[in-house]
Amino acid sequence: MKARTFRRHVRESFKSLGRNGWMTFASVSAVTVTLLLVGIFFVIMMNLNKVATTIEEDVEIRVHVDVAANDKDKEVLEQQINQVSGIKNVTYSSKEQELESLIKSLGDEGEAFQLFEQDNPLNDVFVVKTKNPTDTMKVAKQIEKFNYVSSVKYGQGKVEKLFSFIKVSRNVGLILIVGLLFTAMFLISNTIKITIMARKREIEIMRLVGATNGFIRWPFFLEGLWLGILGAVVPIAVVSAAYYYAYDYLNDKLKDHFIKLLEFNPFVYQLSAILIIMGAAIGIWGSLMSVRKFLKV
Amino acid sequence: MIDMQDVYKTYRNGITAANGINVHIDAGEFLYVVGPSGAGKSTFIKMMYREVKPSKGSIIINGVNLAKLKDNKVPLLRRNIGVVFQDFKLLNTLSVYENVAFAMEVIEEQPQYIKKRVMETLELVGLKHKARALPTELSGGEQQRVAIARSIVNAPKVVIADEPTGNLDPDTSWEIMNIFEEINLRGTTIVMATHNKEIVNTITHRVIAIENGRIARDEVKGEYGYES
Repeated sequence: MKARTFRRHVRESFKSLGRNGWMTFASVSAVTVTLLLVGIFFVIMMNLNKVATTIEEDVEIRVHVDVAANDKDKEVLEQQINQVSGIKNVTYSSKEQELESLIKSLGDEGEAFQLFEQDNPLNDVFVVKTKNPTDTMKVAKQIEKFNYVSSVKYGQGKVEKLFSFIKVSRNVGLILIVGLLFTAMFLISNTIKITIMARKREIEIMRLVGATNGFIRWPFFLEGLWLGILGAVVPIAVVSAAYYYAYDYLNDKLKDHFIKLLEFNPFVYQLSAILIIMGAAIGIWGSLMSVRKFLKV
Repeated sequence: MIDMQDVYKTYRNGITAANGINVHIDAGEFLYVVGPSGAGKSTFIKMMYREVKPSKGSIIINGVNLAKLKDNKVPLLRRNIGVVFQDFKLLNTLSVYENVAFAMEVIEEQPQYIKKRVMETLELVGLKHKARALPTELSGGEQQRVAIARSIVNAPKVVIADEPTGNLDPDTSWEIMNIFEEINLRGTTIVMATHNKEIVNTITHRVIAIENGRIARDEVKGEYGYES
């Protein structure tokens, strides 16, 4: 295609946005409403996911070593643990270190435990992290069988419940987002279809004077693109502004729980890019689908 | 120039609109197509610019067989054929100039050439002074002249007109006919479907009458031959 022709298509696409003022408004509104919903939902989903990941990463397996084990036995045990598949890392914490952290974690009341420093009743511990948190249960079961393991603790029961809850909520979120996107596409392609119906005559005349289908499609393609991008502007502005304030407010509240939301930068920029791409894709798809039926000979 | 051989057309609903048509039209001819409503005139005309594809037979225009033409080649055919309709088919959002220039932009002509050629053509149809007007600001006859300008701006060898005076009063109809005569004198072949008895009988040319999807009559200096 000649550059001149391309410029013509761009010019035409803008002109027709203006000429079809109300239809443009309707299409842009449809994109706006949907992207706003998608945007808000996306923010919530991504942050829930972040929180879930943080919690998941906190899950660790504590392998209590039998008091009868000597240094050599411990070494063998560590090697055995390292060979279990799905292990990320293993750290050793002696019973002295364990007591120290226990005393620290209890604050003032912990002083009472200082007496135990002479005769420490705690076990040496291997702290095991798995590559994939959901492997925790499987790995723990394997380690349990090794020699000189007195017990394995990972928050049995609670962890299983947590993981299945996270899994369900992720799937539900995914289904909702996909459903929302389909609704959006349907809504928008219908709106654009009405716009194009009104321009059936224009397409008919273009065909009569010998315009190729590609030539006819181009301005509509570009128009769909502009509609989508225009439709993404308001959702991006609203979601960004809302997230800016929500981030400050919620992060402050959640600080005590060691939970952090996704950083404003780069999350909001990524989200904006996603919304623009989605808007453009929906707009282009909608307008090409609608123009297609008029191009059949 | 145009050669139709054993052309048949049966629509999906079972109606046969062309039932073995054989016609040969020479370059530079002026041909009226007459006949009662529903006899197959429109189908005959539409097959010439490949709006309708024949079920059987061959239609050869400038050496191209329309019956075998692929859909994606239809635009190329249309660039060599001008079409004029009863209802003008102008874009009301574009000016007179833009409506005519449109046909040239579509085939990616040089902008300078478009400007020159559009003004020339508007002059030919007598609308140079209304180049900036919108179609809605023009009379019916003027709108039809814009449509004619659009059909000939790319200098096609054939102009096909489907009842071009059907919506116009008698005086205006004569003006439009004068323009077609002028175009024909410059060497363009004209095929015109019409119901206008007076015109056919006054400006005499070859007449073919279509009845029941067949050529009922083909006369060199013909008459309308029906009660109007």
